[in-house]
Amino acid sequence: MKTLVWVEHDGQSVKDATFAAVTAAAKLGEVELLVAGQGVDGVAQAAAQIAGVAKVLVADDAAFAHNLAENVAPLVVELMGSHDAFLAAATTTAKNIAPRVAALLDVMQISEILSVEGPDSFTRPIYAGNAIATVKTSDPKLVLTVRGTAFDKAEATGGSAAVEAVTSTGDKGVSSFVGAEIAASERPELTSAKIIVSGGRALGSEEQFHALIDPLADKLNAAVGASRAAVDAGYAPNDYQVGQTGKIVAPEVYIAVGISGAIQHLAGMKDSKVIVAINKDEDAPIFQVADVGLVGDLFTVVPDLTAKL
Amino acid sequence: MKVLVPVKRVLDYNVKPRVKADGSGVDLANVKMSMNPFDEIAVEEAIRLKEKGVATEIVVVSIGEQKAQDTLRTALAMGADRAILITSETKVEPLGVAKLLKAVVDEEQPQLVILGKQAIDDDNNQTGQMLAALTGYAQGTFASKVEVAGDKVNVTREVDGGLETVALTLPAIVTTDLRLNEPRYASLPNIMKAKSKPLTAKTTADFGVDVSPRLTTVKVEEPAKRQAGVKVADVDELVGKLKTLGVVA
Repeated sequence: MKTLVWVEHDGQSVKDATFAAVTAAAKLGEVELLVAGQGVDGVAQAAAQIAGVAKVLVADDAAFAHNLAENVAPLVVELMGSHDAFLAAATTTAKNIAPRVAALLDVMQISEILSVEGPDSFTRPIYAGNAIATVKTSDPKLVLTVRGTAFDKAEATGGSAAVEAVTSTGDKGVSSFVGAEIAASERPELTSAKIIVSGGRALGSEEQFHALIDPLADKLNAAVGASRAAVDAGYAPNDYQVGQTGKIVAPEVYIAVGISGAIQHLAGMKDSKVIVAINKDEDAPIFQVADVGLVGDLFTVVPDLTAKL
Repeated sequence: MKVLVPVKRVLDYNVKPRVKADGSGVDLANVKMSMNPFDEIAVEEAIRLKEKGVATEIVVVSIGEQKAQDTLRTALAMGADRAILITSETKVEPLGVAKLLKAVVDEEQPQLVILGKQAIDDDNNQTGQMLAALTGYAQGTFASKVEVAGDKVNVTREVDGGLETVALTLPAIVTTDLRLNEPRYASLPNIMKAKSKPLTAKTTADFGVDVSPRLTTVKVEEPAKRQAGVKVADVDELVGKLKTLGVVA
């Protein structure tokens, strides 16, 4: 099977999530990469170094500069004439593009695969990870998004793939990029952070949320998250929300502060490698999933912990 | 401008999904079902566009079993004008749903279709993008802001790391993210009124599109259970534990 893997990049370097998609693709067959963008020579060269890659296809055109799905999907569809599977790490970019590709190919996409069980069989989470489905496809071609946390990352070096330019499919003229506000926070991004410190409603106010959670997060170089209850109460902005209807995270360490552990919150973080919980209620459900629990008053425990780290 | 909003009936987000003992799926018998939360946001956005004088008519559509009618009535009670129920005897996958919606779009000619970014049951996050592909329309996915200006719609999107704004030529497809709005509750008088709003009943067979599934679910299992770990007595012990785990040096 010949696979085509989407390279997620920022114009300079290959983003981390791509390496997991390469590992997933290698389980299916030969791996070729697609680098689309404008002025992406550097990215293509870096991609060619990834271990186990046979070829890097480069589509360099202004039409691809901002990953507009309307322009990128027809390019992928064209390349799928000579590939059997399209894989992409499940980033917001790929989640935008892949289903458009799948529908144009008349293929049912399989989203956020957790494992490759065979050439046509995969596992994927449903109900926010409360259940794992094994699905088998009857489609002649595959379109898959890959959950980055479920696969090891391919080595970034060691390969020496050929780089080949492909013809642009052009600008479809129905959409244009206006601008972006990429959060200039010093903290890591929630969905890719190695450590997350999350606060719940027990923090009592927006001021206390920031006064207690931020210093601990800074000390650990962690991202800051929040439970839906804390967001609903106005203690933290909506984009901090971890849970079934917020962000699904799986960091190395998740520190839950004053979070009781409602089902919908657990659904968003229970795949974290290590869960630490601080809560004054020893019967809080969060302790049923926590690797390390501390029963105590967060208003004394958290500053003490921050000071001692 | 007409706005089309597809809605899905799913297991209520507050109910813990239980995997059936035979591994065939999640048990949906005698549990609370509600409108998919992201679809509620889509309905709310359409209503706000109507309140601003941008939208003139809101049509809601649902594909599923007969009971999806309840979900459509909820949308009508929130403020949608009329509903289309497309019943199906079998489960329809996103690709099939997109094909049916394409047929509805051809018939209704909406300028804007607003969908939830994903349904919280199958978590596919595909239908809006697929509908955009089949119609050839532009797509603004994971929207946190929607502004119609002339023959274009500006959509601010929630992307990894921040926000991005795209300008789309109408007609266009928008999918909603959490921050777009806070959906209203339907008032009792509006719930009563919704009962007399028009609802057209159709079946998948009426559309002549092939919606047969491409995927077979081999099995559905509970994820590996986490073992509850240890409780530590104080902060010093916690710091020690974090050091053992390599979290801190």
